[in-house]
Amino acid sequence: MDIGKDLLLEMYRAMVRIRLFEGKVRDLATANEIPGFVHVSIGEEASAAGVCAALRKTDRITSTHRGHGHLIAKGGRLAEMMAEIYGKRTGYCKGKGGSMHIVDFNLGILGANGIVGAGLPIATGSALAAVIAKRDDVTVCFFGDGASNEGTFHESLNLAAIWKLPVVYVCENNGFGEFTPMQTVTSVKDIAVRAQAYGIPGYVVDGNDVLEVYRYASEAVARARAGEGPTLLECKTYRWEGHVVGEQAFLGSGAYRTEQEINEWKARCPLVRFQKFAAESGKIDAAELKRIEEETAAELDAAVKFARESPLPAPSEVAEDVYV
Amino acid sequence: MAQITYREALNQALREELERDERVFIMGEEVGYFGGAFKVTDGLLAIFGEKRVRDTPISELTIVGAGIGAAMGGLKPIVELMTINFGLLAMDQIVNNAAKIHYMFGGRAKVPLVIRAPQGGGHQLGAQHSQSLEAYFLHCPGIRVVLPATPADAKGLLKSCIRQDDPVIFLEHESLYGVKGEVPEEEYLVPLGRANVLRNGKDLTLISYSKCVYDSLAAADALENQGIDAEVIDLRSLNPLDMNTVLDSVRKTGKAIVIYEGWYTGGAGAEIVARIQEAAFDHLDAPVERVATLDTPMPYNAKLERAALPSPAKIIQVAEHML
Repeated sequence: MDIGKDLLLEMYRAMVRIRLFEGKVRDLATANEIPGFVHVSIGEEASAAGVCAALRKTDRITSTHRGHGHLIAKGGRLAEMMAEIYGKRTGYCKGKGGSMHIVDFNLGILGANGIVGAGLPIATGSALAAVIAKRDDVTVCFFGDGASNEGTFHESLNLAAIWKLPVVYVCENNGFGEFTPMQTVTSVKDIAVRAQAYGIPGYVVDGNDVLEVYRYASEAVARARAGEGPTLLECKTYRWEGHVVGEQAFLGSGAYRTEQEINEWKARCPLVRFQKFAAESGKIDAAELKRIEEETAAELDAAVKFARESPLPAPSEVAEDVYV
Repeated sequence: MAQITYREALNQALREELERDERVFIMGEEVGYFGGAFKVTDGLLAIFGEKRVRDTPISELTIVGAGIGAAMGGLKPIVELMTINFGLLAMDQIVNNAAKIHYMFGGRAKVPLVIRAPQGGGHQLGAQHSQSLEAYFLHCPGIRVVLPATPADAKGLLKSCIRQDDPVIFLEHESLYGVKGEVPEEEYLVPLGRANVLRNGKDLTLISYSKCVYDSLAAADALENQGIDAEVIDLRSLNPLDMNTVLDSVRKTGKAIVIYEGWYTGGAGAEIVARIQEAAFDHLDAPVERVATLDTPMPYNAKLERAALPSPAKIIQVAEHML
């Protein structure tokens, strides 16, 4: 599959936006400038970027507690995301959602979800809606390796398989459910093999190679759009940061992974990998990548400024939007 | 007006709304070919086809979650849970998603999902198949809780629920499906949040909903023979809750009993009692009482089951004590 230059640059821009946004969120959380739990996906950028590059604007996604990357890759605006994390009225959810509940329906984002595995049925239902309404939109469901041990994973794959729903299940296997190594709580080495139990295709994908992710996602999305049913993709990847920013404070002696392991994965950085591809293929000039990084840094500065200067919600807004 | 059953009234509401709005569809266990475990969806598959009347696997959590996703996708799903007892498997999607999505996404998303479920005891089905769980849902903001007592209300309230945009738990009592009542021939809706005064009285207010409305009416008839004039209110829904009608009545009678089939402790009646004393304390001549299911799992034996459930006799006993 030959991938055009515009799309290549789009994927790189998505990865850079995720990397810089989440680095900033991590730093702000560490400095106690933003409240609550933040879960960042630094190191996992390629799966969000590669999958969303295979989607149209009207296609939909569901996301997870580690959801900033998916939203950014689907086109989320950094300013409104940052304002939401600051709890400001100008945020995507008027300051009522926070890091784990950001949504933009205009971009086909059905929301991040703070309950592990809860997005699977919702994505399945979104795909059902497209079938009933005779739209050829596809829904992508992002979830983690931990969610593949929830009942919703098995129920949803079964339901989508029997109804041949236009949904792509994207498992981002970063090796850990919170602080528990995946292999100690999961019956299989590759979650992709669980697709066989539901009679649907399942593939293991190098989740740090945005081009490979894009190719597999494109094929799965095309299958879904053609009415051939769901696919399970397992993107093998790794999160460089902790489960939650600030976890060192309560981990104590409970280190659950080694510096060596983290460094091995950092050597497989999806952004560096793309930069090498760009240089080796001769398709993209290093200056073009540099320009994307600079533009994103400026976009992020503006987003933080917007968030800092935005008004807080008034206490009277607390009871708004409980009901339609 | 036609005399039809509660079951037929619900079936008519579903059929009319499926005809009226192509966004409406039904899914659940046995709702298609079998016509529903309680035959509420009987005949709908033949009219509307497999696309809009969908038999699902036994996967309550995912059926409800898929209903949420379809609602967010612009449709108006009606999910039937075979009974509310099985709905406990779907609690995460109901409480953590359906009820919260509109709020936690800052009003940007809507979940116009109706979850229908039979509930209630009285059929010797044992502890896991006889529960009335409305209080679990009443406790959670963001979700409407509707419990019709009569065929006319069953139809008119269900149609209103389908046409509005908040998620709804619509609880049908299993003992009521065969109950007949007058239902208008012409199109009508019963608005949510308006209690119905079924009987006027000046001595005592009996407040209930769902099947307990019939127990209350029977008790009121018996009390009349003793010269006690009871007013009977059918709340119709617990969220929205029409306290104005309740308070108007209590200010008039000065005495009230709340009758409900959920467990006594932490039941919906406890909330209503609390609100009465907050708003009408000075009008009360006696503490507000409750008649509810005993705080035990439902026993299998019929005598024991009757001992656990509310009944007209229990209402009369409490009323006599109050007066």
